[in-house]
Amino acid sequence: MDRIDAYPSHEYQGYKLRPGKPLPFGATLVPGGINFSIYSSAATSCTLVLFRKREQEPFVEIPFVKEFRIGDVFAMTVFGLDWEEIEYGYRMDGPWNPEDGYRFDNTKILMDPYAKLIGGREVWGVQPDWNNNYQHRGRLVADDFDWEHDQPLEKAIEDLVIYEMHVRSFTAHESSGANARKRGTFAAIIDKIPYLKALGVNCVEFLPVYEFDEFENSKINPDTGEQLYNYWGYSTVGFFAPKAGYASTGKFNMQVDEFKNLVKLLHANDIEVMLDVVFNHTAEGNERGPYISFRGLDNKTYYFNFSGTGNTLNCNHPIVRGMVLDCLRYWASEYHIDGFRFDLASILGRDQFGAPLSNPPLLEQLAYDPILAHCKLIAEAWDAGGLYQVGSFPAYNRWAEWNGKYRDSVRKFVKGETGLIGDIAQRIQGSPDLYASRGPTASVNFITAHDGFTLMDLVSYNEKHNLANGENNNDGANDNNSWNCGWEGETTDAGINALRRQQIKNFAVLMMVSQGIPMILMGDEVGRTQYGNNNTFCHDNELNWMDWTQTEKNYDLLRFFQRIIAFRHQHPILRNRYFLSHSDYLGIGVPDISFHGTQPWQPNWSDGTARTLAFMLNGDYARGGTVRDDTLYVAMNMFWDAVWFTVPELPAGMRWHIAANTGVPSPHDIWDAGSEPLLDDQRGFLLGGRSVIILVGR
Amino acid sequence: MAFSATLEVINDIAKINLVGELDASVANDFRIKIEEAAAQKVKKLVLLLQELKYMSSAGLRTLVFAKQKMGSGVTIYLVGATEDVSEPIHDTGFHHSVIMLETYDPEVIEK
Repeated sequence: MDRIDAYPSHEYQGYKLRPGKPLPFGATLVPGGINFSIYSSAATSCTLVLFRKREQEPFVEIPFVKEFRIGDVFAMTVFGLDWEEIEYGYRMDGPWNPEDGYRFDNTKILMDPYAKLIGGREVWGVQPDWNNNYQHRGRLVADDFDWEHDQPLEKAIEDLVIYEMHVRSFTAHESSGANARKRGTFAAIIDKIPYLKALGVNCVEFLPVYEFDEFENSKINPDTGEQLYNYWGYSTVGFFAPKAGYASTGKFNMQVDEFKNLVKLLHANDIEVMLDVVFNHTAEGNERGPYISFRGLDNKTYYFNFSGTGNTLNCNHPIVRGMVLDCLRYWASEYHIDGFRFDLASILGRDQFGAPLSNPPLLEQLAYDPILAHCKLIAEAWDAGGLYQVGSFPAYNRWAEWNGKYRDSVRKFVKGETGLIGDIAQRIQGSPDLYASRGPTASVNFITAHDGFTLMDLVSYNEKHNLANGENNNDGANDNNSWNCGWEGETTDAGINALRRQQIKNFAVLMMVSQGIPMILMGDEVGRTQYGNNNTFCHDNELNWMDWTQTEKNYDLLRFFQRIIAFRHQHPILRNRYFLSHSDYLGIGVPDISFHGTQPWQPNWSDGTARTLAFMLNGDYARGGTVRDDTLYVAMNMFWDAVWFTVPELPAGMRWHIAANTGVPSPHDIWDAGSEPLLDDQRGFLLGGRSVIILVGR
Repeated sequence: MAFSATLEVINDIAKINLVGELDASVANDFRIKIEEAAAQKVKKLVLLLQELKYMSSAGLRTLVFAKQKMGSGVTIYLVGATEDVSEPIHDTGFHHSVIMLETYDPEVIEK
């Protein structure tokens, strides 16, 4: 027998209607029709606006009659619509009183914040028709992707090696080998999965893939005439929809399937997928920005204005909190996403007046949510308002953090600054000084990320070179802790270039032997350069694109990264969930971790000029003593000259082998497991200037 | 070019020949043919695409419907898809759910 709720009770201009279901919010396929549900606390009326795909004028506007509203939710089912061929939006009427936060304007057509598919920017970089009164257009999507047996991988977070990637940049360069139609898309990444596998990363963290507008604040660089974009996408149009312009099938509106297919195939190759999510502000800009969605739906609920930008999402308002939760649950369940990195996450812990909350309800709710229970949650633990919470982000035993202190300390140390030995000892252990009660898995260890220099530029530039951004070099960070190794920018000086490569390898080793979760920036493994630009947010060109010819030109770097990542995977002693204890709790005569100087058991803690440090990890303590590993010894010499290190004695029958030595040219800089050469003099070695060595005791 | 979908069932093989442009306005015609084929409990469904010039998202979606309607026990062959038709099928991963052939090969399909 048919359900009675499949029958209309009302009619408007020939369209059959009935009162809708208020939940779930958004547009939902129901028997015979589509259920539209939208929230507004202060709208006096609401109208559903329906378009045929891509048409400028709607074919009907259906007002929500009084009985289609319950509480603050307008809900209506419309029967007989071809869901694949329509676009929908809303008009809201209500008070215009900006001083009180009300900005209703019924001339605007507003996108559903819960839209699962968004039209209007189907093909990347194609100039929109700015005369169109409805730029970002809600569409419906079927949840019928064939996942087969896929599910989130649920890897232990300490086992991850994260690769931060911009979808378009990864394959937009013609050297990617993708045909012109596919370059810069989700589909093109699939062809590069073997590269990621060979590199050894097991988690890809995508810069924003939610629908954004590359034309937001786009402009022409007055100096170069070049089109500048909102390229990175840290400005969301729709939180529930993948970016159509990132899909080769975007013009067919198949971006959902294309992205799901990418996730499925990454999973099939044992690679997790993490999304960089941006809940701190939206594409509506400040009060002079466009009406896309929230401003016209319920400005007072969705935004607050402590930062003065006018578009700070009011994340701890219960309604907005619900939307954020719905959004993440949707991506986790519908797209099988393994984790989320929250851009400028500290803002999620502020109240409506901007004050930090001691127990932020949103962060707590995400931490305890049953659907997100196995998702990784990673915070960028600071915000644009000056709140810096590295080490103090409200974590609820769930949240990890981008460890900005790790980045800064290791940069300074490798650069050769003094007074950092104690600091580095903390970073290598997973920063127990910051995360004492949380463990090393709270620490995402990184040297570079999309913000700032690439690794090659970190060792090639003392200063930022951002003129191409069209802001007189005023944008981008000034505190880069970079060192150009003797020449600013590209050079043919072989000595300088060799030193730069060595420094890159030093960074790579330190990241991979540190407790915590390492994260690599896309292209660092092949020496990608942005030519000194440390804020390439607006460039759709070689400043951001990965040049795949570098996989050959800089093969020595790629080879080194592949092997040092493999080394990390091979050694569980490097991937502990809990902090090392410095104690001999197994009663074997040595502790789990011990620090050393140039002489064993004598670290230079009190020497403020020291640039050397060594540490030893006893393999019997791997994973809290539950698995056996080799004993590892790592010595770091950031002094410019060679230094003799005497090594700790191994138990009888064991000998030291050289796994890596960044002071030696490729291919003798790193060795595959099992082929490591024996250390000539088992008492010690002369370590070159600005070099790191890893010894394996077995 | 007008769209047409014609169904032929021989033994346990259903063949649907698609001609023209498959978009939302005609996707239901295709869908009906799939339902007819499913009703005959065939073991193989062959979609002959040599003369299909274009397929919209609604058409692609109908392929998904075909896979789900026929069930996992039915093998689906897509034969002779042009580049314009095959590229979105590959990019969305649907080719993993079917067997794509350049030409009709009785040795493969009718064995």
